[in-house]
Amino acid sequence: MKRRDFLKTSVGAGMAAGAALSLGGYDRLWTSTPSTAKYDLVAVMGGNPDAMFDLGIQELGGMGAFVQKGQKVLIKPNIGWDVIPDLAANTNPLLVKRIIEHCFKAGAKEVYVFDHTCDNWVNCYKNSGIEKVAKSAGAKVVPANSESYYQKIDIPGGVKLQSAKVHQLLLETDVFINVPVLKDHNSTRMTCCLKNTMGIVWDRGYWHSNNLNQCIADYALYEKKPALNVIDCYNVMVKHGPQGVSKEDIVSMKSQILTSDWVAGDAAAAKMLGVPIEKVEYIPIAHKMGLGNMNLESLNIKRIKM
Amino acid sequence: MTSHALRNVRIAFSAIVLIFFILVFADFRFLIPAKYTNALLYLQFVPSLVKFLDLKTMAAGGFLIVLLLTLLSGRTYCSFLCPLGIGQDLFSRFGGRIKKKFRRYGFKKPFTVFRYSILAITLIVTMVWGIYMITILDPYSIFGRFMTYFAKPCVILINNFLAGILGKFDIYTLNNVPVKGFPLVVYSIPAAFFLLVGILSLTKGRLYCNMICPVGTLLGLLSKISILRVKFDESACTRCGRCAIRCKSSCIDFLNHDIDLTRCVECFNCISICQDKAISYGIWKPEKKVHTTDESRRKIVAGSVLLLLGISRISSAQQKTAPKPKKDSTVKENKTFPVCPPGGLAIAEFNKFCTACSLCINACPNGVLQPAFRQYGITGIMQPVMDYHKSFCTYNCTVCTEICPTNALHLLVLEAKKLTQIGKAKFIKDNCIVKTEKTACGACSESCPTKAVHMIPYEGNLVIPEVTEDICIGCGHCEFACPTVPYKAIFVDGNAVHAAAKKPVNEQSEIKTPVEFPF
Repeated sequence: MKRRDFLKTSVGAGMAAGAALSLGGYDRLWTSTPSTAKYDLVAVMGGNPDAMFDLGIQELGGMGAFVQKGQKVLIKPNIGWDVIPDLAANTNPLLVKRIIEHCFKAGAKEVYVFDHTCDNWVNCYKNSGIEKVAKSAGAKVVPANSESYYQKIDIPGGVKLQSAKVHQLLLETDVFINVPVLKDHNSTRMTCCLKNTMGIVWDRGYWHSNNLNQCIADYALYEKKPALNVIDCYNVMVKHGPQGVSKEDIVSMKSQILTSDWVAGDAAAAKMLGVPIEKVEYIPIAHKMGLGNMNLESLNIKRIKM
Repeated sequence: MTSHALRNVRIAFSAIVLIFFILVFADFRFLIPAKYTNALLYLQFVPSLVKFLDLKTMAAGGFLIVLLLTLLSGRTYCSFLCPLGIGQDLFSRFGGRIKKKFRRYGFKKPFTVFRYSILAITLIVTMVWGIYMITILDPYSIFGRFMTYFAKPCVILINNFLAGILGKFDIYTLNNVPVKGFPLVVYSIPAAFFLLVGILSLTKGRLYCNMICPVGTLLGLLSKISILRVKFDESACTRCGRCAIRCKSSCIDFLNHDIDLTRCVECFNCISICQDKAISYGIWKPEKKVHTTDESRRKIVAGSVLLLLGISRISSAQQKTAPKPKKDSTVKENKTFPVCPPGGLAIAEFNKFCTACSLCINACPNGVLQPAFRQYGITGIMQPVMDYHKSFCTYNCTVCTEICPTNALHLLVLEAKKLTQIGKAKFIKDNCIVKTEKTACGACSESCPTKAVHMIPYEGNLVIPEVTEDICIGCGHCEFACPTVPYKAIFVDGNAVHAAAKKPVNEQSEIKTPVEFPF
């Protein structure tokens, strides 16, 4: 069956080739965050992941505020672990699916999904449930298992991290939507928006051995920042993170946070997890570097309960 | 039976068998379920025999069927079922193409003393010391090693080339598969056999099978009393000699109307070439010299050596540089035992039953199984060993235990595998980033599926790993993830005898479902 699919695709490839070449140049403009947004951060509670996203994105002016017609979108969930959706080590597949659907509705030309996984990538893509729903929603689920997919970029101003190898699709897409799942983390205390970028880079071992918290903040300096962060707090792993051992590690929070400011997103997420913001060291570091605002009281926050 | 169709049947059947074997070994995307692999391997003589010696049940009776088949029909196993034999036929055919002389075999005397000595030595060594000779000489295992160390990397390189092209067109049906390669030295045994078997088959047909292969020699003995055999009709024969020239086994003495049944592999080439219909295959009935040396042989040897070197260079070239921390770690990992794959029960036990066919090394989706060089001692060379610098063992995977044809790796259901302790993680604090750099890391604990490796308070806001050994299963994800070089700050020391790990206990968190936003 797979072979047949492959053959079909290959035939398609031949036809697509001509079309793709005729489009020519690959210069892309990076979408800036729309200035018309009424809120800095929207938090939703009490619904299913997809329903919460519908409400949340509406408050931010709809997906059309982030994705223009004909643009290519990268959705970067957390698919790091070979674990079933109920154990919440990966982003909720329903949420990923809904975001893809909104992107296409806003006129996206193509939506891509990938993660540089920690466990075996084939198992992660499959058992997280994300590959299936993303494909069914029309997105391209792209491998990130080989160094050949990564390109070196410079991070001017990085204290510890001055360069990284990032997945080529980050460079080739117009809009980057960061979709982390909020989790406890054994070492950094919490993983969410900023730490989710470790699945974009290839050489994350370097981060671990060169001041992990500083590297996480340094990466946020890189010019291709997320237009939107959607934080999945539906089921939250409150201990034994980021992988978890069993369902006892999970607390149902039925929440979601949407924001263009990933430092603010991480600050709000830390509150959800019950961890003091300053204990998650990369948040104050990123705040001091001017990469976002962790002072939630100074932000215009919309809170919605369903 | 006089039908000329016999040869065509043999070619069609053996082609299908060979294609299945190639698919199983080249299946780098892990699409073929274990049950099909097992079905294909059921009739492989040596794996089945080894499995039988371990299990002593008829579920491993494939070798008995082969013995009965041989008593009935002669060495059909060698032409119809043995992947190494079929592969040699392909080589012979190819050899005939490049040089007509390679296809003109002619009758030769058997290497009687040599082949029976090899069979006897193999049997004696196996009974007295262990499986080592079988490991080296089992035809299926030799084939498996060719596929694993030479053919599969080529398939992956082709895949990567295609994946690269498709990727340019935004198609990700094929993905790039990193080729990690093996230490150069492990290529030596398969390379030596590749040259030996390759050259012999290219120029001399089935000489390897009739001179060295202990399975061939053993089945040849039984063939002497087989019911069905290739036989002459002396009255019809015009002594044209075509049959002898076409006989890959060089076993037809047409002048004396004698066929050496110990060497005949029932390829039926003689039947199809005979214009007088003087040779047939049926119920019951029963040797000249040519010597060749030539230049093209040297070219083939040189070409093969280059090819083999090329593959290993390509593999090593693809190994990219690992990111480095500022300082080198100082304390050497002190491994008492290597880590033997799950299902092996105990290292010594595993070493007794593994023929190093490399099927598990192929089938491991993570590539953590690597051919041993010195880890098990010289006698365990090429047997699979867990290499946690290369990769780690996936928590949710039991593939190697499912496909092992010799039962050196016993079947483990997933729940059992998750509690099978093949080794224990050992933490070397003096190598740890948290201590040496005074920065956060936790790569080991993050990777640990049971949280045997967990973090405990250290200085300030820092946390540092600690190991609860009794819930550690030795999967090696911690060792793999640890970023220190050249020595890891955490490593898995193998269990000489696999143990049962305790199930991790986990209590419900005290954190409750929120009713208000905490911000």
